[in-house]
Amino acid sequence: MQSAVTVFIVITVVFLLMRLLPAEGYFEENYDKLTPEQRENILRSMGLLDPWHVQLRNFYASLLRLDLGKSVVYRPKVDITTILAAKIPYSVRFGLGALCISLTLGLAMGVTQARFKGKWVDRLFTCYIVFINAVPAAVYLIFIQLYVSRMARLPILFDRFRPISWILPVVSMSLGGIAGNAMWLRRYMVDELNKDYIRLARAKGMSGAAIMVKHVMRNAFVPMAQYLPASVLFTISGSIYIESLYSIPGMGGLLVDAISRQDNTLVQALVLIFSSVGIIGLFLGDLAMAIVDPRIKLVRGGGAR
Amino acid sequence: MGAKEMETVQAIEDLSLFEFAKFDEQAGERIGYSDYSYWGSTIRMFLKNKSAVFCLCAMITLLAFTFIQPYLPNQKDPTKVYLDPNTGRQLMNHPPDSEFWFGTNSIGQDLWSRIWSGTRTSLLIAFIVGIWEVGFGILFGALWGYVRQLDALITEIYNVINNIPTTIVLTLLAYIMRPSFKTMIFAMCATGWLGMARFVRNQIIIIRDREYNLASRCLGTPTSRIITKNLLPYLVSVIVLRIALSIPGTIGWEVFLTYIGLGLPVNTPSLGNLVNEGRRLIMSPSLRYQLIFPAVVLSIITISFYVMGNAFSDAADPRNHY
Repeated sequence: MQSAVTVFIVITVVFLLMRLLPAEGYFEENYDKLTPEQRENILRSMGLLDPWHVQLRNFYASLLRLDLGKSVVYRPKVDITTILAAKIPYSVRFGLGALCISLTLGLAMGVTQARFKGKWVDRLFTCYIVFINAVPAAVYLIFIQLYVSRMARLPILFDRFRPISWILPVVSMSLGGIAGNAMWLRRYMVDELNKDYIRLARAKGMSGAAIMVKHVMRNAFVPMAQYLPASVLFTISGSIYIESLYSIPGMGGLLVDAISRQDNTLVQALVLIFSSVGIIGLFLGDLAMAIVDPRIKLVRGGGAR
Repeated sequence: MGAKEMETVQAIEDLSLFEFAKFDEQAGERIGYSDYSYWGSTIRMFLKNKSAVFCLCAMITLLAFTFIQPYLPNQKDPTKVYLDPNTGRQLMNHPPDSEFWFGTNSIGQDLWSRIWSGTRTSLLIAFIVGIWEVGFGILFGALWGYVRQLDALITEIYNVINNIPTTIVLTLLAYIMRPSFKTMIFAMCATGWLGMARFVRNQIIIIRDREYNLASRCLGTPTSRIITKNLLPYLVSVIVLRIALSIPGTIGWEVFLTYIGLGLPVNTPSLGNLVNEGRRLIMSPSLRYQLIFPAVVLSIITISFYVMGNAFSDAADPRNHY
């Protein structure tokens, strides 16, 4: 309920902010060529000359009919659902692929680092993490596209019909996730390793690997489970850098594009989708945490504060 | 038992073996005093980390150099367009040589001086935004975490601001105030504190109900004092980490904003602008130096701050002191 109110406020604020932008933006480069009367006609046909509360009411009325409206500038007179339906699958496929890689590799890296803390493996992986976190993505991604594509003889641009051209985008998309997952898992696991139950498990004679996976990782994964559903859901938003570098027709730059070209309906639809996804993701994250760790109860128990 | 013990007793009684010590007032004072000082130990621990000290030295040199560079002899103007003496036309994409150390860009400006001027701009933005983020973020985060009545309200504000795309706010600001150095800083400050506030809030929620805070509250300590004396000192190491990471973060953010076309105007060199200019020429191998030089300088700065931040936050944790 509370979250529905939040979404409502966000959309209203965004709606009003978009109306504050100057009218020139709606005409792109034709602004000077049109006479004032023509401009006014165009604005009126877009419904932009009505008082703002009327516009807002129309917007919510059509939203209740589950109608996201038609794009105005981006692809004029095309249903927004059609535009999105063509773009979302690309972003989701690449996003999920990258997420799988970053989870498996990142978690494996984190476990190895915690197990051999202070050894050369740990140091090597830490160097990788520092590099990826510190250097802006815009910089390293472009070098990967340039040099790795030549070294590995992979195509430099995305091609829908050649699966080999999908490898590089997915891999470079997962680099940041790998570093993030490994860093947090290592930190949580190192904290967990100092606890008494681990010493007990060791005293019972459990092997090091079994302790790591069954005890330490199980507990260290709990805080990470919170972010998992949100990152699955947010694959629909795509990646601006990757999609523009490899020219993938996904969702990546759509919001930025729509804002700069002042396609109000498209912006509103995207903000509606992204903010609902964000809030649903937060909620599912709590659920995921409770599933991974049975001690966490979402319903307030008697002992809780 | 018996003989041995008797001997000891006798020895004690034999006063000639002992002499009275003089009462030394200074020595008396010394008892119960430890020369532990928090910041002293922190600095000592930090200096033990070789790679962090190396980064610190590199950063100090680089910072000093960015400020000295314009006053060195034979430096070029970062915004002046140089002409080819033979043809009288712009000296476009001149490869690096002894005259133009890093070459010139696509309209004939000297890349070497542009990089240092850009570093100055970017670091200045990063420091201002970083300081604001820390100050405002900690204040808001502490209130959000500690004062229960404010929790629902601030959570709502947070959700709303967090879900409005920054791009809209920036586009709007760019129209109202024209894109400039100030707009950029204003826009980054307007949204940058959110992450810090949320971080501090989560940390404070973890420790706010510990027994020592409960005790303070029972004794009637005012909220402001509990926050500044009980809660924040506990968080020094994590907060320091965030401060250090916010500088590479802000630089990366500037690069991103420039990438989507909302950065500083092109005539103000900044690392974001330079990387972006270089990126456009990436397909011709002979011009790649225009991306590689700014990218290397940028990476040195961000990596150094990252390494220093991690080392300093380890050093600032009293549990690592000995």
